[in-house]
Amino acid sequence: MFRGLFSVIYKEIFHITRDTRTLFLMFLIPAMDMIIFGYAIDLEVRNIATAVYNMDGRQESRELLDMFANTGFFRIKELVHSEAELNAAIMQGRVKTAIKIPPDYTDQLVKGGSATFQVLLDGTDGTVAMQALQVVNAIALQKSLHVITQTIQTPEKLPVEARPRVLFNPDMKTPNFMIPGLVVVTMQQVTLMLTALSIVREKEQGTLEQLMVTPVARLALMLGKLLPCAVIGFAETVLVTIIMVAWFHVPITGSPVLLAFYSLPFLFAALGMGLLTSTIANNQMQAVQLAFIFILPSVLLSGFMFPQESMPTVIYWLGQLIPATYFIRIMRGIVLRGAGVWDLLPQAAILTVMGVTLLTLAASRFHKTLD
Amino acid sequence: MAVIEVDNLTRRFGNFTAVDSISFAIEQGDIFGFLGPNGSGKSTVIRMLCGLLRPTSGRAVILGHDVAREAEAVKRSIGYMSQQFSLYNDLTVFENISFYARIYGIPRDRISDAIEESIRTVGIAPYRKRLARHLSGGWKQRLALACALVHRPKLLFLDEPTAGIDPVARRDLWNLLFDLSGRGVTFFVTTHYMDEAERCSRIGYIYFSKLIVCGSPNELKQLPEVTPKDTVRLELRCDRLSAAMRYASTLPYVRDATIFGDSMHVLVDVSGAGNLVEAMESAGFGNATMASIDPSLEDVFVTLTRNREAA
Repeated sequence: MFRGLFSVIYKEIFHITRDTRTLFLMFLIPAMDMIIFGYAIDLEVRNIATAVYNMDGRQESRELLDMFANTGFFRIKELVHSEAELNAAIMQGRVKTAIKIPPDYTDQLVKGGSATFQVLLDGTDGTVAMQALQVVNAIALQKSLHVITQTIQTPEKLPVEARPRVLFNPDMKTPNFMIPGLVVVTMQQVTLMLTALSIVREKEQGTLEQLMVTPVARLALMLGKLLPCAVIGFAETVLVTIIMVAWFHVPITGSPVLLAFYSLPFLFAALGMGLLTSTIANNQMQAVQLAFIFILPSVLLSGFMFPQESMPTVIYWLGQLIPATYFIRIMRGIVLRGAGVWDLLPQAAILTVMGVTLLTLAASRFHKTLD
Repeated sequence: MAVIEVDNLTRRFGNFTAVDSISFAIEQGDIFGFLGPNGSGKSTVIRMLCGLLRPTSGRAVILGHDVAREAEAVKRSIGYMSQQFSLYNDLTVFENISFYARIYGIPRDRISDAIEESIRTVGIAPYRKRLARHLSGGWKQRLALACALVHRPKLLFLDEPTAGIDPVARRDLWNLLFDLSGRGVTFFVTTHYMDEAERCSRIGYIYFSKLIVCGSPNELKQLPEVTPKDTVRLELRCDRLSAAMRYASTLPYVRDATIFGDSMHVLVDVSGAGNLVEAMESAGFGNATMASIDPSLEDVFVTLTRNREAA
């Protein structure tokens, strides 16, 4: 029944040990992934970017803000001086929480009235918003207790009260947050793999060598391979976006045209990553393994699954090197918050630089010779 | 003007010298057979001549264009058929040919004539709508030839064009090459088949990265190195051939003995030639007869290779 088992195993060992590039990828990539993603995968939320508009500015209000910072949940990133700035910070996605302390906060505390502060929460990430809501209420309660223990008479109502308001996704539905991200990851996956495999397949079959001895221009050959992939990648984006809207009922709050326009630099980046993969891999197996170098970080480090703010610094900065990070921000901005051209311009600019760099880098590695 | 002029062409990969300063020239209308064992550097030479690999040193001029400096001009004027079938399996015969016609930039008003002529030349018209994957080995090679011919190159590189196809298809393909050669096309062909080598007008033999000889089949057979002074080449027939060959090799005046089908070729000292039949008979190998022969190309290459190995 097992005759020949050891012969087959013995032969198999030769196959594995002699394809050193595949072996290297097989062990190195999972090891790297485990270490990096082990830090990224953490459901505990920390360091949520927060903007503050403190109209009071006195000792009491600063103490309240210290309480926010001391939880570790919020990280006060911006101090703004107008309502408009506060709204912009949240609309542009720079912060997920905005705290507004009214000018009479201290006065109310002193005269034993009801001191209130307003908290705006970006509800797009339902999980984070829900936790934030609890932390905000806890802070208000703690502050109230602190005040009550220092006064003699029992107040009729709580001396400090939070007025939280959840923006954009008031029901804090998780699908609304996850699905736009999924659109991004899918689009990258399809475009990258399609590009990489369409070139590596020609390498494997020898047709690329045949093309290299023809007078076809290097750039023409490259663009000829890339453009159909770009068209399919774009069509794919439209398709999954339609599924998002029609099937999962996540409406596009902002402009679909803007979304389409801002998806172009990301498409370039995905094409660039595919082309780069194809210049390194010699066969389809290697191409698939290499593609994972790009795909896994876009899932785990881009903010698609876990908030980037909560990640350790090094991992956070790794996340900032990934094109998907920026397109996920753009996607969520337009779909969930209804962000406009100017709100997302910084993200789009970074994405354009990345796309152009990746494509240029890959193109410079794509030769019409075998050296 | 020579179609190919190669001067001290060398290619190294790291420390390994794949092609070691080879020089030769090919005239228009030649069918140049490029022979040598596997791994001796044949494909590397072809790839350098086609502008796919840059020479480490030395130079090669193809139809007046230097391969290192004007690779693209070289590519416009040559056709190339690689060792492995490298056309699109999921395209039809016609689609493959017309793709290459466009890639080579044949003007719009002449493109369909060029495609039809190419189809007619290789005789693949009955299969024009068939997917390439459904063609037999011989027809695949004809299709590859049609694609390499569509822009009417003056020079064609064929890297083992007949490897793995049946004898009839092989003969048909060679007849096609002779036709084209008659029309002035120059061929650079690699092969392992000696009968194909015999058909070439000139032959180069590369061994361990070095070009050992270059000349017409007849010139090679006359090389003193192949049939040294005071030796003759004989064809010997007798019973129990393989045992006979082992025995013959032990005779002091026999320099070399190799079996060819139902006879063996022996290289013997002129002084001992008269004794050979008698020696075989008395050793028990009956029905021995012998005749004087010219060396075959295989004799030439075997001898040259052994001489190099001994050196």
